[in-house]
Amino acid sequence: MLPINETMGQYSELFMLLAAGTYTVAFIAFAWDLAKSSKMLKAVDLKAASAAAAEVKVPVAAGRAGGNDVGGPAGRAERPTSAITSVSQTAGGDMKYAAKRRVPARVAVAVAIIGVVVHGAGVITRAFGAGRVPWGNMYEFLTTGAFLVVAVFLLSLIRRDLRFLGTFVLGLAVIMMVAASVTYWTPVGHLVPALQSYWLVIHVSIAVMSASLFTLTFAMSALQLLQSHRQRTLAAGGVDKLGFMRLVPNALSLENLSYRINTVGFVGWTFTLMFGAIWAEKAWGRFWGWDTKEVWTFVIWVVYAGYLHARATRGWTGTRAAWLSIAGYLCVIFNFTVVNVFFNGLHSYSGLPQ
Amino acid sequence: MSEPVQGKKKSNKSAKAEAALPVLGIIGMLRWAWTQLTSMRTALFLLLLLAVAAVPGSLFPQRPANPAIVTQYISDHPDYGKLLDSVQLYDVYSSAWFSAIYILLFISLIGCVTPRAIAHYKAMRSQPPRTPKRLSRLPEYGTLVLPADAGIPASKAISDAAAVLKKRGYRVEVRDVDGAMPSLGAERGFLKEVGNLVFHASLIGVLISVAVGGLFGYSGQRILVEGDTFVNTLVGYDQFSPGTNFQSSWLQPYSIQLNKFDVQFDRESPSHFGQPIDFTADVTTKDNPDAPAKKQVLKVNDPVSLGDTSIYLTGNGYAPVVTVRDGAGNVAMQGPVVAKLQGDNYYSSVVIKVPDAKPDQLGFAGFFLPTAMVTDKGVAYSGDPELINPQLNLNSYYGDLGLNKGAPQNVFELDVAKLTPLNGRGMANKAIAIAPGGTYTLPNGKGSITFDGVKKYVGVDIHHNPGQASALVFALLAVAGLILSLYLNRRRVWVRTGTHDDGRTMVEYGLLARGEDHRLAGEAAAIRELLQREWLLTKEQPTDTVSSSTSKDQ
Repeated sequence: MLPINETMGQYSELFMLLAAGTYTVAFIAFAWDLAKSSKMLKAVDLKAASAAAAEVKVPVAAGRAGGNDVGGPAGRAERPTSAITSVSQTAGGDMKYAAKRRVPARVAVAVAIIGVVVHGAGVITRAFGAGRVPWGNMYEFLTTGAFLVVAVFLLSLIRRDLRFLGTFVLGLAVIMMVAASVTYWTPVGHLVPALQSYWLVIHVSIAVMSASLFTLTFAMSALQLLQSHRQRTLAAGGVDKLGFMRLVPNALSLENLSYRINTVGFVGWTFTLMFGAIWAEKAWGRFWGWDTKEVWTFVIWVVYAGYLHARATRGWTGTRAAWLSIAGYLCVIFNFTVVNVFFNGLHSYSGLPQ
Repeated sequence: MSEPVQGKKKSNKSAKAEAALPVLGIIGMLRWAWTQLTSMRTALFLLLLLAVAAVPGSLFPQRPANPAIVTQYISDHPDYGKLLDSVQLYDVYSSAWFSAIYILLFISLIGCVTPRAIAHYKAMRSQPPRTPKRLSRLPEYGTLVLPADAGIPASKAISDAAAVLKKRGYRVEVRDVDGAMPSLGAERGFLKEVGNLVFHASLIGVLISVAVGGLFGYSGQRILVEGDTFVNTLVGYDQFSPGTNFQSSWLQPYSIQLNKFDVQFDRESPSHFGQPIDFTADVTTKDNPDAPAKKQVLKVNDPVSLGDTSIYLTGNGYAPVVTVRDGAGNVAMQGPVVAKLQGDNYYSSVVIKVPDAKPDQLGFAGFFLPTAMVTDKGVAYSGDPELINPQLNLNSYYGDLGLNKGAPQNVFELDVAKLTPLNGRGMANKAIAIAPGGTYTLPNGKGSITFDGVKKYVGVDIHHNPGQASALVFALLAVAGLILSLYLNRRRVWVRTGTHDDGRTMVEYGLLARGEDHRLAGEAAAIRELLQREWLLTKEQPTDTVSSSTSKDQ
């Protein structure tokens, strides 16, 4: 057992605070981007519309419509789903970077990168301060989890333009950091004997990773619901009240991407459940005992399994699947907050004073 | 169950039509019920119902976890405690309704998986489907042109393409190779559905393994004070829960002796000062009475295996050693008394029953404090978990302890209703407070009690679960199947070639995915590149490739 280092722990808390502050700035910049871009796009659309009215047909290029303008052979069928979406009202489904520069979004990403570096320093100093992996109690689970959420989000930006998610991801990260520092704050300390196992490294790290992925898909599913509502309103000729959603891809693309992330999250959660069972056998002599935490881990697994099945069931794709994804995430939050603190069980590792 | 079989959908529909008819007959009814149960929609409904039904088990205390808390809960809530019991809310996971849900779910699963397994077996043995007339209608489509001077006729081009696809793992069938328009059909990714089927079948395996554990396993608890030996026989257990089919002859006569138990406390962190950070038990084990003794270390998260059982360290505490002499001056009781943890810093309750004391039986109830301290208001508490100032605080009683009547009693509780107090906190002579080495003489010549010293004890759980290993194997299989079914893609490729009037050979190809496949466009590009390399075509060749992701991605 390595000795604890209080000074290192204090540095870690300072880093965490700095990271939370930086994230707040990034959050504001992302929000500014949404507001500004939606205004700009609207102006572009108006111009294009008036031009179209004055002259002949001008293709509306706002937000980069999907690649459907590539000419196909004569016999090529119309994609059945592409007709439903009014492409110009949402961002491109492929989520590639548009040619247009979005300055506030660039600032936001840059600030978020600074934040995640500081945050990473916070997580590492915490680990050195406590002389072990930094996920031994709820404070550490939340701070490390928030770090992963932001890191995964920023890494995914290399491949896809998910900057429209920034407001939500950074907002959630700020909430997690604040909750960690205010409600679950615990100074650096040794682990109770029950947690001294290499399974802590395996089981909890996969749980943090899966929970972070579910956080991302939660944001996407929420956006998907908003977007599909908006698309229906627009298709019915209604007024666009959610102008900022113009930067967000159409509901179907959101659904598909969040499905792909959810499959990874689900596999991760399956491992969480399995490794948890193996650890439970090592620690308590039985691999499954319906402890409150086990119950909720199982419930989450079943809800996401339901989500995967819903995607393959007629009448359950789209909105209903999104609601299941959201329900699953609410269970994750419940499992973390209420179950850890208020339910009696063997998993009493919040680290909070009784 | 990730994509319903087409045939089932149809039979489902026809079943619905049948249901509208006035007379269905018994067999028709059963068939209707079966198609309903095995439909995807029902499976999904049962799955979500299972999630909801599992929740109450975390809201109410559960008997298998702790029956005493359930009894307490029922008496604490006289208004609805009994009502909850009548709907099995204290035994959620063995309740009729919870069982009904998961049994229906598993029947539905079997009814869904079996026909799919048969269908997939047939699909794996059959040739790829015939070449569509218009490949250009497929989600991925492209053409290549082989110049006339390349000297590759249509038949050669199709066999080249077949070789390329075979190398890429496709199962290929070439059709009409000598005709004007030879074509090929290819398919790969059969393991996706295999994985899907393995995943679901493995879940059944996990369930059976759990059932095997419940039938043939057993578990028990025992408290061992330093120096005590446990022998694995039924009488050796303090508490024993056998599986439904358990036979006592299964117990192997191994033994385990607790030599020494060490606890290390946190002395570094100001916030967790005094929190235990390490438990180590030195034990001596024997596989059977004649086997050589072995020294082993038992720790939390590190059980000791003996025979087909594992022994786990689950609790610990102090056991003050006392000597009680009766009114006649004889030693009526001598030995360690297990003190039950009650509060912080090993503040523990102590009950001593002395049925052998004469002329009156004696009883003591009170507390053991490793580091006795007193608050401003005079309340005793323990200031530290280690033995800095150990003290016994006891009330004493005499009378009939009721042990001779044969009714089982809790050793940690003293029923004082029929006893006469000798001294106590509220009485003039106060409670007994003694430190190690001290002796307290009871009033009225009833005897004395001596606090000889303090030992430590551990609580161990002993488990045998014959279903455990197979549960793990099935769980691992399930994960493997899950990963295959989620990340493999079932794809079909068709290629058609033909010779142009000017001698050029035209190649067209199309790709189709079964189910969701966001990487189909990537696959199309990869195949195109392989074909170009095969025929040494330059990439800049003007072509009319059409590429878009699968329908769902757009």
